Amino acid sequence: MREELLRVIERNSRIDLKELAVILGVEEIDVVNEMAAMEAEGIICGYHTLIDWEKTSIEKVSALIEVRVTPQRGQGFDSIAERIYKYPEVNAVYLISGGFDLMVTLEGKSLKEISSFVSDKLSTLDSVLSTATHFILKKYKDHGTVLARKKEDHREKIMP
Amino acid sequence: MRNPLSDKIVTIKPSGIRKFFDIVSEMEDAISLGVGEPDFDTPWHIRDEGIYSLEQGRTFYTSNSGLKELKIEICNYLKRRFHVEYDYRNQVLVTVGGSEAIDLAIRAMINPGEEVLIPQPSYVAYEPCAILADAVPVIINLKEENQFRLTPEELRASITDKTKILILPYPNNPTGAIMERKDLEAIAEVIIEKDIFVISDEIYSELSYKGDHVSIAELPGMKERTILINGFSKSYAMTGWRLGYACGPVEIIEQMTKIHQFAIMCAPTTSQYAAVDALKNGDEDVAEMREAYNQRRRYLLYAFKEMGLPCFEPYGAFYMFPCIKEFGLTSDEFATRFLREEKVAVVPGTAFGECGEGYLRISYAYSLENLKIAIGRLADFVEKLRKEGDKS
Repeated sequence: MREELLRVIERNSRIDLKELAVILGVEEIDVVNEMAAMEAEGIICGYHTLIDWEKTSIEKVSALIEVRVTPQRGQGFDSIAERIYKYPEVNAVYLISGGFDLMVTLEGKSLKEISSFVSDKLSTLDSVLSTATHFILKKYKDHGTVLARKKEDHREKIMP
Repeated sequence: MRNPLSDKIVTIKPSGIRKFFDIVSEMEDAISLGVGEPDFDTPWHIRDEGIYSLEQGRTFYTSNSGLKELKIEICNYLKRRFHVEYDYRNQVLVTVGGSEAIDLAIRAMINPGEEVLIPQPSYVAYEPCAILADAVPVIINLKEENQFRLTPEELRASITDKTKILILPYPNNPTGAIMERKDLEAIAEVIIEKDIFVISDEIYSELSYKGDHVSIAELPGMKERTILINGFSKSYAMTGWRLGYACGPVEIIEQMTKIHQFAIMCAPTTSQYAAVDALKNGDEDVAEMREAYNQRRRYLLYAFKEMGLPCFEPYGAFYMFPCIKEFGLTSDEFATRFLREEKVAVVPGTAFGECGEGYLRISYAYSLENLKIAIGRLADFVEKLRKEGDKS
């Protein structure tokens, strides 16, 4: 049941537990236990909301930053990654294969806020060799969800 | 002026759904559970192949029976999924949807006056196609107590000296019924004994929720007397591409191909290229859609139980066929009132044969969110009818 359960709540974490049990064809108590177990195991890490901030009046700027770093002896990339992800304005940090090492995603109130984070905090870290900042201009799709348009039903209403 | 029309055509009644469709289309705000096609878009990689084929200028006819590459993939698929083997060179015909294949198969096999057995409730096209081919349609009324499966007794009782073909429409539209291996074995015995042929319409084969679908063509002695019909509409959400196929004995496929050649030429080329990709890379999409349908199916079963609406558990297609006999309304009356009073469209069971009286077809080719709204209204309506019943 794990795989099906995860697939459903990955798309809709607000689904009612009773309903979840019904559509998966299991007992509600089993769903509750399984979710608790997966939370304990760290498989389920949170229940977030996907927001298209563009549609609000709140100003937000996001950026992807490619970071090249010197790995540290005995710790590889982990300790430098930790130093970066501890900043609350950092959304995500990934270790990446290829031309650079860490991919950092960042959210700020303005261009200025992000550029000062990069120049004051990120670039000045000892192990950081270089950064390249890419500002996000428009989000078309995020977390598997198309943000740009609402899906309409174009089917004929009655068909044999 | 002389009557320009053919008497035969005029006697054929238009689909019972048509009238209902007219009411729905004038109601802007009605929500519908009346659709017989998937709510998913065709998976993007399949659409992309169609687009690519256009970009490459592959805009010509294909051979009459279909693209070689597609026929090979169809054979691979049928072997992989349903353990039936066909020779792509002369046992496969690619058609304009499963519907064309049904029409061709009947026309290729029937002499005037021969009988075609049509179990009902079932898809609306079998009976008119039989009449068009000068066959005599013989209806077998299926029963809910048998979960709308065809029993060997029912089959035997309907066979006469003139019986030529049995239409086998499983997984079934509109009931959602399936035939499991044991059910098929039981009727295969009668079919072989009475020396009749089968047109097995397996268009919903991928939407089977109780183990894998079993094709009757897989059973011993059945492949040589079965035309297997399938297609891309339901399994890959490709209804608008109009692509299906028929597989069967060489001599029958050959005659079907002849009619197809003169009436159609070939199935749409773009669709055929897209379909190659569907068969090669689409298994995961199919599994994902099947799981989504299955979740909705479980939800509806539960919701019907909650509102006390009797419904046998369907294991196929994307339809529920609840029984509404307790309300003392005909299917048509129920559906019409439900539409007018609650603005939800469902299809009266009688659209699929007289024995559909007392039932509704409810499609779950809708998102759970939409289903919940519609089913909430159904619960209200059912309650209202029960209160009316109490008063009188």
